[in-house]
This record gives sequence, C-alpha cells and structure tokens, in this order.
Amino acid sequence: MAIQEIQEQIISQFKTFDNWMDKDNYLIKLGKDLPPINLKYKTEDNLIKGCQVKTWFYSRFKDGKVFYDIDSSSIIIKGVIALLIKVLSGQKPEDIKNADLYFIDKIGLKENFSPLRANSLWKLVNRIKQDAILYETKVNTNKPR
Amino acid sequence: MYETKNTNKISVFDITKIRNDFPVLNQKIYGKPLIYFDNAATTQKPRVVIDTINKLHSECNSSVHRGIHYLSEQMTEMYESTRKKVQNYLNAQHSHEIIFTSGATASINAVAYSFGEAYIKENDEIIISEMEHHSNIVPWQMICKRKGAKLRVIPINDKGELLLDEYKKLINSRTKLVAIVHVSNSLGTINLVKEIVAISHENNIPVLVDGAQAIQHENIDVQDMDCDFYAFSGHKIYGPTGIGVLYGKERWLNKMPPYQGGGDMIERVKFEHTTYDDLPFKFEAGTPNYIGAIGLGVALDYLRGIGLDNIQNYEKKLLNYGTTKLTAIKGLKLYGTAENKICLFSFLLENIHPYDTGMFLDKMGIAVRTGHHCTQPLWEHYKIEGSVRASLVFYNTFAEIDSLCEALKKIQKMYSK
Repeated sequence: MAIQEIQEQIISQFKTFDNWMDKDNYLIKLGKDLPPINLKYKTEDNLIKGCQVKTWFYSRFKDGKVFYDIDSSSIIIKGVIALLIKVLSGQKPEDIKNADLYFIDKIGLKENFSPLRANSLWKLVNRIKQDAILYETKVNTNKPR
Repeated sequence: MYETKNTNKISVFDITKIRNDFPVLNQKIYGKPLIYFDNAATTQKPRVVIDTINKLHSECNSSVHRGIHYLSEQMTEMYESTRKKVQNYLNAQHSHEIIFTSGATASINAVAYSFGEAYIKENDEIIISEMEHHSNIVPWQMICKRKGAKLRVIPINDKGELLLDEYKKLINSRTKLVAIVHVSNSLGTINLVKEIVAISHENNIPVLVDGAQAIQHENIDVQDMDCDFYAFSGHKIYGPTGIGVLYGKERWLNKMPPYQGGGDMIERVKFEHTTYDDLPFKFEAGTPNYIGAIGLGVALDYLRGIGLDNIQNYEKKLLNYGTTKLTAIKGLKLYGTAENKICLFSFLLENIHPYDTGMFLDKMGIAVRTGHHCTQPLWEHYKIEGSVRASLVFYNTFAEIDSLCEALKKIQKMYSK
C-alpha cells in the first residue's frame, strides 16, 4: 500500500477517538503489540543518540525495499513507532525519502505528545529517512552506466 | 488553613495566602489546575521577587561599583547590602566570604578550578559521593584530568544514606578535598554534613558542600557546619535564575587564585602584570548579576517572613503524608528512604517507563521530572536508568498529593489493559 494511503487510514482511525485518553490507550495498545526487536540489535551502536528514552534502531534493505526494526523502553513511544513502521517500513527508499508525514499533525500527536516536543521523534524520522537515502545511493552507485 | 507549632510560638501557616503569593501556581494546564511538583529543578517566585525585579529594571537600573552618579550608587548599596543579607542568612563570619556567581554549578566550578590550580597535584585525591549531582562530579573530574589526580567515591546503602565508615577509610595523606552534597536531588537524603566536615577536618582536609537542594529546606549555619565552601543557586530558593552564591572561608579565598579575569576584579592592570582586588571582588569578574542578587535577597526576606521553622514543620508533614500514600500504591517503588530526608519522592511504577508516567501526569496537570536527574552514577547503584521525581515545597498541599496518587492509579489502569 502506498505511503499516502496508509496515512489516510491512520487519520481515519484517529478520527474515531473523542479525547486524548482514547488516543493514548490506542497508542499503548499499538506499543504493546509491536514485537520487540531481536536482542542482537539491542546494542549501544543502534541506540538513537540524544533521545530521553532508550530507542534502538535497525534497518534492512531487501528486494528494493527498506524494512525497519525499532524498539523503545517506553510503551507510548513504541506506539508512535508502530505508526511510523506501518507507514514507512517495506517502502521504496525514494518514497521514504520524499514522504510528507502529514499524519503526525493530523492525528494531533504534535500538540499532545511530549516525545515530539522532546524532539525524539524527529530524530527517529530523520534516521529513518537517512537510511533510506543511504540505500538509494547504494542502488544508484551499483547501477550499470 | 494549617496550623503549625514550634518551640517559641504558635503561628498560623496560611496555605491559601501563601499560594496566592506565587502567581504561576494559579493556572490550568490542559484544563486541569496546575500541580507543580518539580521544585527540585526550580522553585516558583513569590510576587514580591517578581515585582522587585520589574521595579529594578524599570526604575533603578545602573551598573554597580565605581559609579559617580545617583543610580549607580543606589544600586551598589542594594547589591552590597544583599551580600550582607546572604552573610546573615548563612551566618558567615564576613560578608566578603559571600561571592555572587551564576549558580551552584558556577560556584563549584570556581572552587574546582581555583582551589585545584593552587592545591591539587599529581596522584592527589578528591573525595565525592555516589549520590552527587553531575555538577559535583564533572568539575572535579576535569581538574583530576588536568592534574593527574584521582576521584574517590563514598558509597551509599540501599536507603540512600552515605556509609560514613567507608568515607573514613577513603581518607589518606593524598586526600586534598572532600566535595559532598548536602541534600540529594534524586533521593532527598539529608546528609550528615557537620559530621562529614568534622571527620575531614581531623585530617586537615577542606570540605565543599553542594547546598543546591538544602538551602530552601534546611537551616544553614556555615560556621556551625564549619564547611570551607558552600554553594547554592538563587532559583532553587524562590529567587531569580542566573544568580548563585559561593561561600568560602576567608583564609581559603585569600589564598586561591581568581578563576576568571576581567573588569571589577583588579587592583591595577599593566601589560606586564596585573594585581587583583581584595575579596569578594577578586572572584567577581565582569558586571555582576546585581538585579538577580537583589531579587535573591528579597526571596530570603520572604522566607524569613514565613519562618523556616514553619516551613520545615509543614514540609515534614507533607513528607510523612506523601510517603504513607505513595507506599500504599501497589506496584510503586520508592527510591530514597533515608531516615532524614526532604519532601521528595523518587519512584517507579512497575512495568511503566518513568517517561510514560511523567508524560501522562503532565496531561493531568501534574508537573514532575523524569529521567536520571543528572545523577547517572547514582542510578547504577539501583540498577535503573532513572525515576519519576515529585519534589514538594511549602506551597504544595495534601490535596495535591491525593491528586498525584489518583493520577498514578489511573496510569496503572491504562497500562494494565
């Protein structure tokens, strides 16, 4: 499914919630349901620097698509990670690089969630995009001229 | 209204009136009345401090010292009389033992640099403790690195109390200074600083006390404590930010070189050589934060008006009430259970990250701090990354503690689904 389509799905889902408590409960559920990343990736090197909460990041490139494994010791942040993974994992590097993540604003995360205020989430989004750019560069360099 | 008794008088501690003195408390956060439990990070300012700062900027502003004109003389008089006020508050022997800095961190760094330059040599040792704030670790690490000296650490027990027998064992002929926190910002423990100083002085070793979390709760008498240096920040005692104090015994301050050069700290400057001014100016290079200092003085007056005994009695009752209420919550673990502590609760809810707890408390209008609270080495003792910290002062209420407990139970419920 295309990035925009998934974002629209998430926005529709969040429209069903009347208040922040319902949104939080949903994010907690998403956070709990997101499988933890493999222990071998839970290393110091894979920690995202500067985040208040320990957040591990690992990406893979397979069949022209980027897959992300991300984990956090905070369930609520894991909930937001689950949304990012839903939108961006398994997409083409170019699409990830160019993605306008408007759903973050539309579902009210920006105003209501301190992970964003703490910049942690933007660091994560940057990292997701950076890795996509790296894979894209790699593909382009290996193309026959 | 809450009544407190002390040995000399029966006074009325009017919490409603006190809360009205602090404008910031009278607001709603996300539609809920603000409950401000982040006082260990910074305290709110009474109206009298805010008004004074405003008035000084609007009507009196002028740089202090060497001014020939009226405004400068007036400001100099207020600034220097504040120095005397702080001297009285700490019961220091001389007013020139009071150095104005930008805060406790600057005060500690000043001693680390200045004392370190004069007295620390290769293989010397500096003693700190396991519960120090980074501000009382890193400056000493820096001087140790420069001089090839070593840092030694007094361990704590699980209640968060210093092990004084271990402290005694650490002292040796190479020990040059002991730098110890008076009250732990993460656990609330009130350390036996007088005893620590006495032990150190038996071995002729000077002691710096980091009073950042003690000054707003404890009666500080630097002569009785006999510490050689005492550091604190204005903003943690209801004063403005950007102002702090370093108390130092005259004999040490006289022997120590200045740590910053500039205007106001000199006697005579020539290109070949400069001679320095006397205390306290030798340690106050540049235009000082005179308005901040005067604001701090007003905050001290305000506290005296309420009475530190009254404040302590009330805060003790808050501590006992809060401890009983919080420990009754299943799945809540308190960190820092020393016999002698201030009204500060460091805790974790089982299986809930402190960040999550703090975030949801915020949404319910309750301001706490989460994380390592600048004491990362301390948390290694408890094998955790940090905690949720609710730090209370005399403008907080029993009802606010009830609200915190209800909010915590609500968070637990959200996570148990």
